[in-house]
Amino acid sequence: MTQPDNFGFGEEAALLKESARKFFAEHFPTEKLHRMVASDPNPERMTACAWDRDLWQQMVDLGWTSLAVPESVGGLGMPLVAVAALVEELGRAAFPCPLLPTLNATYVLAASGTSAESALEEIAAGITASLAITDQQGSWFPADTDVQCVNGKLVGTAWFVQDARKVDRLLVSARTSTGQALFWVATDAAGVFIEPDAIVDLTRDQAHIRFDGVQAQEVSSEAAAALVQAMPALWTILAADIVGAAEWQLQTTVDYVNTRQQFDHPLGFFQAVKHPLVDVMLQIDQCKSLVYNAACAFDAEPERAAEYAHMAKASASDTAAFASGRSVQYHGGIGFTWECFVHLYFKRQKHSQLLWGDAAWHRAQLADLLIGPIN
Amino acid sequence: MSESARQDTPEQAEFRQQCRQWLQQNKPAEPTVRLPLSPLEIMTDEQLSYLQAWQKSAYDAGMVGCDYPVAVGGGGRTDCQRIANDEMIRARTPFFPNVIGLGMAAPTVFYHGQDALKEQLLPRLFSGEDIWCQGFSEPGAGSDLASVQTFAERKGDKWVINGHKVWTSLAHFAEWMILLLRTDRSHKYDGLSYFVVPIRAALGNGVTVRPLIKITGETGFNEVIFENLEVDDRYRLDELGKGWQVAMTTLLHERGAGELQTPRAGGMKSKATHATSSTNLIELARSVQRNGRPAAQDPLIRDRIMQMVIREQGLAQNQRRARVSALQDHPLRLQLQNKLLASEISQDTAAIAVEVEGASASLYLGDTNAPAGGQWPMAYMNSYGMTIAAGTSEVQRNILGERVLGLAKSK
Repeated sequence: MTQPDNFGFGEEAALLKESARKFFAEHFPTEKLHRMVASDPNPERMTACAWDRDLWQQMVDLGWTSLAVPESVGGLGMPLVAVAALVEELGRAAFPCPLLPTLNATYVLAASGTSAESALEEIAAGITASLAITDQQGSWFPADTDVQCVNGKLVGTAWFVQDARKVDRLLVSARTSTGQALFWVATDAAGVFIEPDAIVDLTRDQAHIRFDGVQAQEVSSEAAAALVQAMPALWTILAADIVGAAEWQLQTTVDYVNTRQQFDHPLGFFQAVKHPLVDVMLQIDQCKSLVYNAACAFDAEPERAAEYAHMAKASASDTAAFASGRSVQYHGGIGFTWECFVHLYFKRQKHSQLLWGDAAWHRAQLADLLIGPIN
Repeated sequence: MSESARQDTPEQAEFRQQCRQWLQQNKPAEPTVRLPLSPLEIMTDEQLSYLQAWQKSAYDAGMVGCDYPVAVGGGGRTDCQRIANDEMIRARTPFFPNVIGLGMAAPTVFYHGQDALKEQLLPRLFSGEDIWCQGFSEPGAGSDLASVQTFAERKGDKWVINGHKVWTSLAHFAEWMILLLRTDRSHKYDGLSYFVVPIRAALGNGVTVRPLIKITGETGFNEVIFENLEVDDRYRLDELGKGWQVAMTTLLHERGAGELQTPRAGGMKSKATHATSSTNLIELARSVQRNGRPAAQDPLIRDRIMQMVIREQGLAQNQRRARVSALQDHPLRLQLQNKLLASEISQDTAAIAVEVEGASASLYLGDTNAPAGGQWPMAYMNSYGMTIAAGTSEVQRNILGERVLGLAKSK
């Protein structure tokens, strides 16, 4: 299969991106984010779970949570390029919500076959979910999990579960007597204990979740296969989030260095500031182009989806680190304070940088594909 | 069918077919001489005449200057040059020797020259019979191009030129030069004018061409000295004092952002052509031993090669995204990155290759044990030509910072 020249980015996708951008610009300025999530600077604070449920409900009503759900089970069945475009705008706004985890669960369920259809129907109806598939070591390999299914009940702990306190369901990867399966569990089911992590990022919440003999619905008996098929979509949309956030960092920093005067010139006059900001732009553009290529591959050239998604997330992780560093540095002293907004994005980007694999991890996987594994 | 072919107009589709058929029958055989990496390294008459014969035959077949009017020697077609380029590169032909002529002189003469001049100059430019060179840079005017000092003084309907141009690729073969000079010393920008000058006819009689030797040991570019050279006023392009505006037309086309598509051919494999791509880097890493195993098994080398794979793919996808307006916020943002990214990617790819080669990277072209014929150390050194010429990487970053990000203009 070959990709269309325009990434399959049609009018519908362009409209979705445009309306998402307007939606966040109108309803969620950065001041609002800061007021909502940065009320307590205490470094030993417990991570709060502050988010705007009313605005979230509007997003659900707009159908954004069912974009990736196939039409056959009541969703909108939009291509990944359109979803990535929406997520880019979400990243630009750094809006705290369970959209990414729900999309992630959607792609895994969609790769799971017919027994996952009822779960997808729930998502189409506005139910949110998150993946509980990671072990305590933070391994990003689908085969690794610390949860088991014993006599039909889940036992063990899933780690690094994203936005755990904002979602209705968990999609759990667990070892079984015959292999590895995926289970669909309500977050308020008996025996589910959500233990929040204290994290750096103020725009997300994260938890490890203990399963103490939990009755659960099996949605796939081939967990690893479903995860492997869906992973390129997960990497791609997280990379899209990073691109949007990095655009905010670049624009905010450019605005600042155009305003702030030192030595009788705006800071941006000096090439020590100007050239690295251009490099941030180059890095963002490389990443954005790779994101749309990876998304289009997932839609139209699945045999290369993993290869291109590794490129996108590797590039995105580097972009996140570089754009974050420069944004704080070029804001100078004020950029080092809690009152300046750049720390919100700095922290979100550091979280996104390592989530689902950092740059070195993705390049190692890419090398295995392009060169062959190390003997 | 390729994606681009699918979107052809009827004229383009028919023309594409015509090009493809002609190339199947008429693509030239590989030369017996070593071909240089690019037209800018042509060193011998044998290399030049092989490449000139190819350009002439491609011109006669209608694949050069397709979108220019018939009156000036063009094909009179609409948006067909890129079709011809597609097909020539697909057929892996040799490249055209007259690159400065095709990419810079032709559009500049076309937009700023008088009709008689276009009719005189363009047909022999397209056919490659007249090689062209560019007289812009001077010892005192590099990145700050507008500070050129070469001066033309009026004498009746003639101009008397004195000055010194440098980095003039192809001047040793060139009949004609596009020349940016000063006609007024009291205005930096408005004191500039633009001429086309028949330099070959004046060799030893007002014009001296001396080769400059590159860090690789190759020749290919020159310095050109003007001593009281007399030139007719009819060789002036546009009005007096408009030289800077005319030069912008040249530079816009040089950076690939002009209206007229440059005729381009290439792709023919030759012993000496070693494209600096990450695919070649992987092949090299497989063939070279490092610490008792192939370099391709070394995790650090693998990581660095993957960084290049990603940057290369990123540039290719930038170029694809540049054609999707809904995925851009600023019309020039991606276009203005091309030259900077391509040159820095080539440079870093060659740098990694030389590192992968290890001790063997010390061996150069003349050593029979040199891996890949010694091309990687040469490509690495040559890559600095690309990050310096046509606006250094530093100038490119100024342009991007000021024109795209809107940062304050540097002095």
